[in-house]
Amino acid sequence: MLLTIVRHTFLLCVLSLLTFHTVSASDLASPAMLSDTCLGCHGPAGISEGPATPTISGMSEIYIIGAMLAYKYDNDEDKVEEVIESDPDFEDVEFFARTSTVMDRIAKGYSEAEIKAIAKYFAALPFKASVQEVNPELAKAGADIHEHHCEKCHEDGGRSADDDAGVLAGQWIPYLEYTMADFQSGDRAMPKKMRKQMEEAHDVHGEESIAKLIQFYADQQ
Amino acid sequence: MPNLNRRKFLQSTGSAFALGSTVLGFPHIAGAAKKRVVVIGGGVGGSIAAKYIAKGDSSIEVTIVEAKPSHHTCFMSNEVIGGDRDISTIEFGYDKFASHGIKVVQDKATAVDPVAHKVTTAGGVTLEYDRLVMSPGIALKWETIEGYDEAAAEIMPHAWLAGQQTALLRKQLESMDDGGLVVLAPPGNPFRCPPGPYERAAQIAHYFKHHKPKSKILILDAKDKFSKQGLFMQGYKKVYGDMIEWVAGADTGGGVTSVDPKAMKVSTDFDEHKVAVANIIPPQKAAQIAHDADLTDDSGWCPVDLGTFESKRHKDIHVIGDAGIITGMPKSGFAAGTEAKVVASAVVSMLQEKESGVNSYANACYSIIAPDYGISVVAVYKLAADRSKIEKMSGGLTPADATPEALKREVQYAYSWFKNMTAEMFG
Repeated sequence: MLLTIVRHTFLLCVLSLLTFHTVSASDLASPAMLSDTCLGCHGPAGISEGPATPTISGMSEIYIIGAMLAYKYDNDEDKVEEVIESDPDFEDVEFFARTSTVMDRIAKGYSEAEIKAIAKYFAALPFKASVQEVNPELAKAGADIHEHHCEKCHEDGGRSADDDAGVLAGQWIPYLEYTMADFQSGDRAMPKKMRKQMEEAHDVHGEESIAKLIQFYADQQ
Repeated sequence: MPNLNRRKFLQSTGSAFALGSTVLGFPHIAGAAKKRVVVIGGGVGGSIAAKYIAKGDSSIEVTIVEAKPSHHTCFMSNEVIGGDRDISTIEFGYDKFASHGIKVVQDKATAVDPVAHKVTTAGGVTLEYDRLVMSPGIALKWETIEGYDEAAAEIMPHAWLAGQQTALLRKQLESMDDGGLVVLAPPGNPFRCPPGPYERAAQIAHYFKHHKPKSKILILDAKDKFSKQGLFMQGYKKVYGDMIEWVAGADTGGGVTSVDPKAMKVSTDFDEHKVAVANIIPPQKAAQIAHDADLTDDSGWCPVDLGTFESKRHKDIHVIGDAGIITGMPKSGFAAGTEAKVVASAVVSMLQEKESGVNSYANACYSIIAPDYGISVVAVYKLAADRSKIEKMSGGLTPADATPEALKREVQYAYSWFKNMTAEMFG
């Protein structure tokens, strides 16, 4: 009996050895090894405990790649476009300039292959909405603004992570505030259609439209 | 083949056997004796290593040995000293470890037998291990500053091991009269948390600015330069004017050389200062257990392989965190956490008799100069091909021309770092 198992196992061993060699031939760290370095700031399993760092699990692969490339190349559009064109896996990635505090310093430490692995890793992990105090009246007003101006791209109340739209629902309020402030100041680039919608929302709903939207997204579970 | 016994077979086929058996599952063969890992130290390194080993292979028996019932983090303890934070917010317990399958032994590890693979505790417990991970932290070198011993530290706190000492320093700052002088004496390199003394000076100044504006902070440094120096000096001036004065080691003859706690006097080779409060941070070495276990070299720290953190002096023992000689990385909390994840991966691979993968290391370190003024240093690292050091791939400091908004955000990200790091450790 034991002998049979041993023989079987021996065959398996040979097979596994083959697989194993292909893996160890690469000098790429495993996706978990690479991604675990992010968790000290972005939280266990990529779910941030707040108050400001965003949750990155459940974001789309191309969103994470786009962000990391913009950081890595200091918003050099030509360079990022060149990188995007050089790799079929980056085909759907879109370049948008974005500001950061530490991420531009960190992203430069990772190769494109590593960025890809990290993006895939976090995209496959589930998103979990933060639990935080919101202003229910502003959130309610924000729901209406979202429905008319944002839902088309940020589907399902900002929960969708199907494309280059980041997950907004359930993110921490300071993070949403920073992001919106950067869009407004021009420190962060956005698609033309988004600028148009933001301007319209501002015209119709006034100065508080952004604050209302933020409360709405923060309120989503 | 038929005359190989089971144990030899396991050894000869090594990693591949483990892989094959995991896939198809022959538990009666693969799961011989349970592998045992003991972790000494419940700080950043130890707590994260224990959790990641348990997560990496739930069949491994993980036991963590920590003398204290709860842990006060060193990070954010400067905010307690500055008064913006209550000490209860930096205290964490080990109650969630059981839910990760980790056994917590609340006892002091007193001896390690590297040959018999045994750890003994003050309470008389003996723990056997296949691999031992030590993240014991630091010990203070009492003998280096004349007059500064454990009794003196009750009058002139070091506050470099967080907890009672943190509370003591805070209390002294609260009780002192406005107009008094605080001397802060940082040690020479290497020591735990290189930017820590300078953040502390800023936090004390933050308290003084609002409550004791005539008081002064004098940093009598053993060194001629320090971590994030340009950013700290810029921040001191911008936020606190002339309240903080830094004196380089070259101008003091190498920092504080003696203290007189009774007379509340602090001396360098060149001069003597009468102080209201003295914060003496003495030179450091690896914690005592690392010396007792024969893991240290002449430097007082533990030489290790930088890929697996296995001791260069005794096999099957790994040392991480501040006690280790981690060439290329600072003695920071975040570094200890990243070392913990690397050591967990190495330990799991070794116990499964698999080849270890490629490592990735990082550091992220924030200092809070004022409630709306944070600075940082970050880095991403890889192991050098010859394993002689952990090489920086990227990183750097907050830019000197960072906008006020960026500095403000860095404080909020520092708080996020704290929340998420402590969730990694104790969650």
